[in-house]
Amino acid sequence: MQLDAGQWAHVRGENGAGKTSLLRMLAGLSQPDEGEIRWLGQPIKEARAQWHRDLLFLGHQAAIKDEFTPIENLQAASALDGEPLSDETALRALVRMGLKGREHLPARVLSAGQKRRVLLARMLTRCAKVWVLDEPFTALDVEAVQALGQVVGDHLTQGGIAVLTSHQPIPLAGGQEVRL
Amino acid sequence: MSALVAIIRRDLLLAMRRKADVLTALFFFVIVTSLFPLGIGPEPTLLRKIAPGVLWVGALLATMLGLQRMFAADHADGTLEQMALSPQPLVLLVAGKNIAHWMVAGLPLVILAPLLGLQFDLDAESLGVLTLGLLIGTPVLSLIGSVGAALTLGVRGGGALLSLLVLPLYVPTLIFGAGAVHAHASGQGAGGHLSLLGALLALSLFFAPWATTAALRIALE
Repeated sequence: MQLDAGQWAHVRGENGAGKTSLLRMLAGLSQPDEGEIRWLGQPIKEARAQWHRDLLFLGHQAAIKDEFTPIENLQAASALDGEPLSDETALRALVRMGLKGREHLPARVLSAGQKRRVLLARMLTRCAKVWVLDEPFTALDVEAVQALGQVVGDHLTQGGIAVLTSHQPIPLAGGQEVRL
Repeated sequence: MSALVAIIRRDLLLAMRRKADVLTALFFFVIVTSLFPLGIGPEPTLLRKIAPGVLWVGALLATMLGLQRMFAADHADGTLEQMALSPQPLVLLVAGKNIAHWMVAGLPLVILAPLLGLQFDLDAESLGVLTLGLLIGTPVLSLIGSVGAALTLGVRGGGALLSLLVLPLYVPTLIFGAGAVHAHASGQGAGGHLSLLGALLALSLFFAPWATTAALRIALE
């Protein structure tokens, strides 16, 4: 399987088929028994720093700190990548994801869907070329699903690449289907 | 470098929002070390003799209390995965977490120790040696502890296993730390013991973050 700039892949399969395992291997969190994953022609094991700079991986877990507000969560996550984030940029991403007015509440009072939206706001603030998203539509309402489809679409038209798993139809045109 | 500062700030802010965790360990240290003078009674010579050992053992146990939480929360909510996927080297982030852990769990013990030492009738110079020893020794406790915390990450009943794993490794720090005060009291001078503590710190500063990083990668697979 190969993906070029502007292309996306939809990984499908039954529960337990190995969708998450495949995505974790793509991210470099676990090693494949056979085969190789390359980025820009180089195996990701050798070009780890470059790969991780270009990669955004969102897994099952929210990676949201309950003690932090959405803004602090975004800023902490970006700071760990070594790219500090200004208040305005963080706020703009949160507003786009429909969290206006929630930005100063601790994340523990947010609903599952709202936490998920904070995570999606991270997609806007992190300048990554490749998005690897595991079940990004979980817990989102209809509007948020549309908004997310829009965001991924914009990413693709700007030359990005996306790999995602989902059990529901994805509001995006084209795309390779990978069946496990 | 900015990532190192960022993770220290993040962990300190998290500790501020979860004050109970930090204060529990601190009060544990205060209470355990205060129980001994109360239980043994007013015998200044005996108290002076046991003081360094009691304070050091109290510091070891108080550090143990919070160790398991060093990576557990980040592991549970997926932040650890994001750290492993950060363009920044994971070992740098681990070092940052160690520094933050020491500032939250180790430094307050160092500051409290001279005050608690007064209960044991230690003189000013012995208190100074004790505090200096703790200042060099508590970072070693955090560093060695982080290896144990990473190795027992995600293990059920990891707390007990962690103590079994880490406490034996704390023995050299305990011996040289408490030994420094004894050596000073007997007139030999604490220099040798404190230098050995310093050597332990240098060794663990060099090796512990790498070992922790390797253990974390295994836990994440």
